Amino acid sequence: MNKYAKITLDGLIFQNPTFMLVLGTCPTLGLISSASSAAGMGLTVVVILTLSNMAISALRKLIPNEVRIPAFIVIIATLVTLARMVLEKFVPDLYDSLGGFLALIVVNCIILGRAEAFASKHTVLESAADGVATGLGFTAALTLMGIICEFLGSGSIFGLRITDFTIGAFATPAGSFLVYGICIAVFVYVMDTVERVRREKKYRPLTRQSLVKEAA
Amino acid sequence: MGTFIAIVLAAVLTNNFITVRTYGICPFLGVSKKTNSALGMGVAVTVVMAIATAVTYPLYEYVMVPLKIEFLEIIFFIFIIAALVQMIEKVIQKLSPSLYNAMGIYLPLITTNCAVLGVCELVIRNMDGVIGATAAAAMNTGWAVLYAIFAGLGFTLVMIIMSGLRERIGNYGEMPKALKGFPIAMITASIICMAFSVFGYIQI
Repeated sequence: MNKYAKITLDGLIFQNPTFMLVLGTCPTLGLISSASSAAGMGLTVVVILTLSNMAISALRKLIPNEVRIPAFIVIIATLVTLARMVLEKFVPDLYDSLGGFLALIVVNCIILGRAEAFASKHTVLESAADGVATGLGFTAALTLMGIICEFLGSGSIFGLRITDFTIGAFATPAGSFLVYGICIAVFVYVMDTVERVRREKKYRPLTRQSLVKEAA
Repeated sequence: MGTFIAIVLAAVLTNNFITVRTYGICPFLGVSKKTNSALGMGVAVTVVMAIATAVTYPLYEYVMVPLKIEFLEIIFFIFIIAALVQMIEKVIQKLSPSLYNAMGIYLPLITTNCAVLGVCELVIRNMDGVIGATAAAAMNTGWAVLYAIFAGLGFTLVMIIMSGLRERIGNYGEMPKALKGFPIAMITASIICMAFSVFGYIQI
């Protein structure tokens, strides 16, 4: 079970596609001005990434190494076409708010990146876990930034009006860039601090006894 | 003439691919550290965008719509783009090995650049909101290719502005460790976007 815990933690935090790897930036910047479209984009990516990871992992022994990238792209493009049909029929609101970015999931670096780096080397079950974890890491990051941008730019969260005080720039790409940059900086700072504290603890364990000894 | 002006203004300023539509951010952040490579990348993306639109627009209008296979557009388009990038890579390798070496890994990565697929997808849709209703009604292959070329030039323009700023920041900037790299690049991009938002007042 340890293996799956590691895959999950990597996808959510240590290899978070949005904050640590900075992949899939175009849909992120284009959609975080509204929390619900950001969350919708994230969940669509979770589904497509999980299915594409499973399909590519299942076919990894059949696909020749030289043509693997075109083969991956065909699989991903088929899944995106299907997702577009399903969303257009059943969730037209989300389909409209995603706009051009729905088709652009094909060229999302996260999906092709995970196919190349993970799914083509691991079993179907591990690849599915990786797809869900990475996708949820992406969704969590997008939703967080969507909430910040929508609150500052439109005074609402998930379409629910909270305040009348708004800063118009946060509803445009300028605000999206600013919030994304600051969020990466905060994330990196927190990760660095946690890492430093852990390293210091390893060298000089902070326990009651050691403190008493030091004071004496 | 009106259509020409509407398309040029919309593609370069009011609907700039980076600052308004946020397409093609990966090369924008990845290749904008030096002005030379930013210029090379911008020109390469412009060429691929123009050729890709020149192939996909007629294919969609005159083959896929009459045959009622519009739903296959994503699969068709991405294949055409991948093949084109491969061809251009071979041509550059043959004609100018020095440019080929300078572009390095970024040349094949143009395939997965949102701006290329984005412009192909954009010109086959309803362009009323982008270039105005009268220009959109006159849309044909020629105008579509023109739009793609100027959208690519708008992309190049922002790339060059960004690389100039980043060269200064890289040489003289002092900042906290957490801000180095992507975060400060995004904050710079945010200020460029604010400057470009002024062009939103142009009425097309």
